[in-house]
Amino acid sequence: MIHRYQKNGLNFVLDVNSGAVHVLDDISYAVSGLIDENMADTCPQQIVDELSQYPAEEVREAYDELLELKKAGQLFAEDDYIDVSKYIPVGAPVKALCLHVAHDCNLRCKYCFASTGDFGQGRKIMPPEIAQKAIDFVIARSGKRHNIEVDFFGGEPLMAWDTVVQTVDYARSLEEKFNKKFRFTITTNGLLLDEDKRAYINENMDNVVLSLDGRPSVNDEFRKTVSGTGSYDVIVPKFKALVDARDPQKDYYARGTFTSHNLDFADDVVHIADAGFDRLSVEPVTADPGCGYDLTEADLPKIEAEYDRLTEIMLERRKAGKPFSFFHFMVDLDQGPCVVKRLRGCGAGYEYVAVTPDGDIYPCHQFVGKDEFKQGSVLDQSFDMEIATKFAGMNIYTRPKCQKCWAKFYCSGGCSAANYNMNHDMNDSYDLGCEMERKRLECAIYLKAAEKICAD
Amino acid sequence: MKHVSTLTSATLKQTAAHGGCGECQTSCQSACKTSCTVANQKCEHAK
Repeated sequence: MIHRYQKNGLNFVLDVNSGAVHVLDDISYAVSGLIDENMADTCPQQIVDELSQYPAEEVREAYDELLELKKAGQLFAEDDYIDVSKYIPVGAPVKALCLHVAHDCNLRCKYCFASTGDFGQGRKIMPPEIAQKAIDFVIARSGKRHNIEVDFFGGEPLMAWDTVVQTVDYARSLEEKFNKKFRFTITTNGLLLDEDKRAYINENMDNVVLSLDGRPSVNDEFRKTVSGTGSYDVIVPKFKALVDARDPQKDYYARGTFTSHNLDFADDVVHIADAGFDRLSVEPVTADPGCGYDLTEADLPKIEAEYDRLTEIMLERRKAGKPFSFFHFMVDLDQGPCVVKRLRGCGAGYEYVAVTPDGDIYPCHQFVGKDEFKQGSVLDQSFDMEIATKFAGMNIYTRPKCQKCWAKFYCSGGCSAANYNMNHDMNDSYDLGCEMERKRLECAIYLKAAEKICAD
Repeated sequence: MKHVSTLTSATLKQTAAHGGCGECQTSCQSACKTSCTVANQKCEHAK
């Protein structure tokens, strides 16, 4: 399977199963549209005739180069090297927790998928004892995995600060004994950030995700305080102080959400960059259809055009010496994840689980509150292996739409929760999400090529 | 090659032999939490 596309005068051919990415001139790109996996050893006269606008010798030459790629396993490669059954994890070693230390929030964001923080379960703070049981759970379940990740999530995790600090201390105290390395992330709206918390986060968190939607008017339309005022003016100086003091070797993201109300979201990305942040992520909203700010198929042309515009802005910024990264345009073509990870995706439900303030376990943060997905509890260390096995068994080969999709090894089958929320079937891919993902990947690969051309 | 420039070769296939250690970051822990891109994650062995 190959995928062909053009962008800003560059012609791309992606070989899906091998992962190869080629940039073609106009002649070879035209030839690539007339061939399939059954390439003859010499260029068929029919192709030469059909491309009569080009010199025949050049067409044959281009054909030969494509044939050479095919013989080298970089064009029309088969996926027969992938033994899916071998890659389905057995025993579900859990290695990552989304720790919901607070089912409470000091913002009332209108688009919140967590029902403004409580996930529909009542406002609660996780006691340190339950967080410690969650750490015990992941250590006991992690098998031979050395690296364990914990994301302090909510709600707003800074509202459960004592739990955060005690959990970090507890996990660190067990690292040597169990030969584990904990890596912490915190996802915060920033309202409660003060000097002490900022210093603690920069010292102890490997990654920090700072929620900010962009321009003041855009941010404050959705991200309001309990009293109904906008949050922008309070959070941006706090975020800036945190990032300015942070070790550049450690990760952070200024992370926003776009809705149908700001389909010109590239302006929000630029705004965040101009505010002094250089690692950005602005993502499509997760929302119920018909809510008034959800994204629909009708928005797709505008969204795609906006991703194109953002791509050009990023190139201009790079040339001007003011680059920034955009999470969804980051793609590692050389040293990215292995094919095994690309088959399986996020690991929700078997290697990644969410834990609520009461200690209940769900496949991920987006399944919290859906009773049929409750997997167990850290209080008694129970874990429903039937649900875990069901999640572990899902991959790009079990999702019908993925099988024909060129992007499957980049997105790994998408988000099970999005599929379930939109289509009530975790294997039935959410089409609009897929369309956006494919567009972002085309932009990401274009950026890689443009960077290389600039460097050369 | 005159007509084709290869940005990246068949790296995916090469990873089949040694992949699957599971030590890398869980994709949803990085920044997204609502969407999915796996190809932007790092291999733990490439760091």
